[in-house]
Amino acid sequence: MKLKSENLASKIRMHTLQMTSLGNSSHIGSILSIVDIISVLYEDTLKIFPTNPKNKLRDRFILSKGHAGAAVYAALAEKKFFPISNLAKHCSNGSYLSGHVSHIKVPGVEFSTGSLGHGLSVSCGIALNGKLEKKKYRVFALLSDGECDEGSNWEAILFASHHKLDNLTVIIDYNKLQSLESTHQTLELEPFVQKWKSFGWNVIEVDGHNHRKIKIALGKNKISKNKPTCIIAHTTKGKGVSFMENNTLWHYRSPQGDEFLSARSELLKNTRT
Amino acid sequence: MRDAFAKQLYNLAKKDKDVMFITGDLGYGVFESFARDFPKQYLNVGVAEQNMTGIAVGLGLEGKKVFTYSIANFATFRCLEQIRNDAAYHNVNLTIVCSGGGFTYGPLGMSHHATEDIAVMRSIPNIKVVVPSTAWETYHATKKLVNLDGVSYLRIEKGGIKKPPFKNVKYKIGKSLIYKKGSDVSIVVAGGIIEECFAAAKELENINIKCQIISMHTINPLDEQAIIKAAKKTKVLITVEEHNCNGGLGGAIAEVIARNNIDCQFDMVAINNKFSSIVGDQKYLRKEYGLDSKFIVSKIKKILKK
Ligand SMILES: Cc1ncc(C[n+]2csc(CCOP(=O)(O)OP(=O)(O)O)c2C)c(N)n1
Repeated sequence: MKLKSENLASKIRMHTLQMTSLGNSSHIGSILSIVDIISVLYEDTLKIFPTNPKNKLRDRFILSKGHAGAAVYAALAEKKFFPISNLAKHCSNGSYLSGHVSHIKVPGVEFSTGSLGHGLSVSCGIALNGKLEKKKYRVFALLSDGECDEGSNWEAILFASHHKLDNLTVIIDYNKLQSLESTHQTLELEPFVQKWKSFGWNVIEVDGHNHRKIKIALGKNKISKNKPTCIIAHTTKGKGVSFMENNTLWHYRSPQGDEFLSARSELLKNTRT
Repeated sequence: MRDAFAKQLYNLAKKDKDVMFITGDLGYGVFESFARDFPKQYLNVGVAEQNMTGIAVGLGLEGKKVFTYSIANFATFRCLEQIRNDAAYHNVNLTIVCSGGGFTYGPLGMSHHATEDIAVMRSIPNIKVVVPSTAWETYHATKKLVNLDGVSYLRIEKGGIKKPPFKNVKYKIGKSLIYKKGSDVSIVVAGGIIEECFAAAKELENINIKCQIISMHTINPLDEQAIIKAAKKTKVLITVEEHNCNGGLGGAIAEVIARNNIDCQFDMVAINNKFSSIVGDQKYLRKEYGLDSKFIVSKIKKILKK
C-alpha cells in the first residue's frame, strides 16, 4: 500500500516536470530532490488551512532554497490552496508563479525567497515570536546544502540555539550537489552533523526519500527540549528520473521534447508500481 | 537626536508591547534602561546584521513593530538584500535606524561614515526615508514611523536642536518644515547639517541676501509641492546634505525640478564623489569636504553673482 504522501509526491513530480517544461525553466533537479520531503510536510506534518491560508494556528513553512518553488506551488495546488490549472502558468509572461518562490497573489506561500541564505533568519524571527507569545505553531525551514555556504545561515544557527528555539525545525536537502560541482569539491560541509551538533542543535539524519522515516523525523516527539532541530536529509538531486539523478546538467536544463517524454514515462511507470 | 530617539522609543515600548528593539551589539550607554525595563522587547542579536534584519522580518510578519539599530552602514549596507527582499517586499513594520548619519563618527574613518545611505535606501520601493534635521524632528518621527505599515529608514546623528521650528507646529512624515523665511534663495536641507545652513543664512543677511531654510526631513515620499513652490518663489534653490552627491537629497530634488519643468537655478552642496579618507570631527569634515557654512555662502554668492 502506498502512503498518501507517496501519492502526493508522484503528483508533484509530474506537475513540476510539466511546469519546468512548459515554463522553459530551470531547477528540475533541485525540485525533484525535495519532493518527498515537501509531500510529507504537506500531507502529514504541517498544520495548514487551505481555505484560510493565514490562519494564526498554522505551522509556518519557509522554503529557503527558493529555486525549487515549483514543488511548493504544486503541493499547494494539490492541497486546494488554488486551482491546479494555475500551475500551467508557472514562469510564463504575466504570471505571479515565479521561478523562485513568491508570496504575492499565491495563497499559502509563507515567504518569498530566491536569494539563498535568507530563510533561516526569518524562520528564527517567527520562532522567537512563538516563544515570546507562547504560541503553539511550529516553524519549518527547508535549506539546500550549497546554501549553507552562505554565512548568514551561520549567524542564524548561532541565534537559534542561543535562544533555545525548540519550535524550529530545519531540514537540509543534502543531495551533495550544488550549481557546478559537488559540495565536496566546492566547499566541504563535512563533518556536517558534528557542525550542527557543536552549534547546539538536535540533529537527526534521515533518508530524504523514505516517507515513513521522514514523517518520524519531522514528528513532535523527535523534538529535543530547548534545542532547535536540524534534520539532515540525505537526498538525490533529480530523484525519480534516472537520467536526471546526480547530474548538475539538470540544475539548468528544462525538460523538452524527447527528454520530457522519457522523463514523463518513467514517472508514470513509477506511479503505477 | 540619538537621545531623542531613545527617549521616544522608551515611551512607545511602554505603551505598546508589540514594539521591539533589536540592536547589532551597539548603543552602549543609550538603551540600558530600555533593556532593563522591557526585557521581552529588547534583543541584542550580536554582531550579525543580516540575521538581525531577518529576525526583525520574522517578528514583523507576526505583528511586531520592530526597530533594528546599528551605526553608520551596518544596519543598511551589510544587510541590504535582507532589507530589499525580506523586509520591503513583504512590507513588514520595520524601522531601520542608522545612528551616525554622515560624519557623526568622523574620527573613526570611512567605514563609519554613512555617506551613500540615503541614495541606496531611497532606491528601494516601499521604504520611507527619513533624515531628521533636529532632535525635535527625531523625537516625533520615531513615534510616527512606528505606527505606519511597512519599512522605514531613520537616519540620526548626535545632538541637534531640541525645539520645534515655531510654536504649535505638527510634525508629519512627508511634509517639509520651513525653519526660516526668505525671498531670495531656498536652502533645502536634511540632517543636522541644518546648523551650517543657519550660519550661512545669517552671513548672507549681512549682504542683504534673504534665504529661506526648508527641512526636507522625509526624502521618500518627497514633499514635491513644497519643492515646486520654493523653486518658483525664490528662483534659486540649493540643497545641502552630509552625503555623497549621487542620488541623495540633491538628486531627489533635481528629479522633481526636472520632471516639473521648473525654471530655476539649482545647485547642490554635497560630497564631491569621494571617499572620506581624511578623518576629523563632524565640523572639521564638513569643512574638509566642502559642506560647511562658508562653502554654502560662496556657492550662493556665485549663483547670484555677488
Ligand atoms: C545568494 C545567491 N547566490 C547565488 C544563487 C544562484 N543559485 C541558485 S541555486 C544555486 C546553488 C544550488 O545548489 P544548492 O544550494 O545545493 O541547491 P540544490 O540545487 O541542490 O537544490 C545557486 C548558486 C542564488 N539563488 N542566491
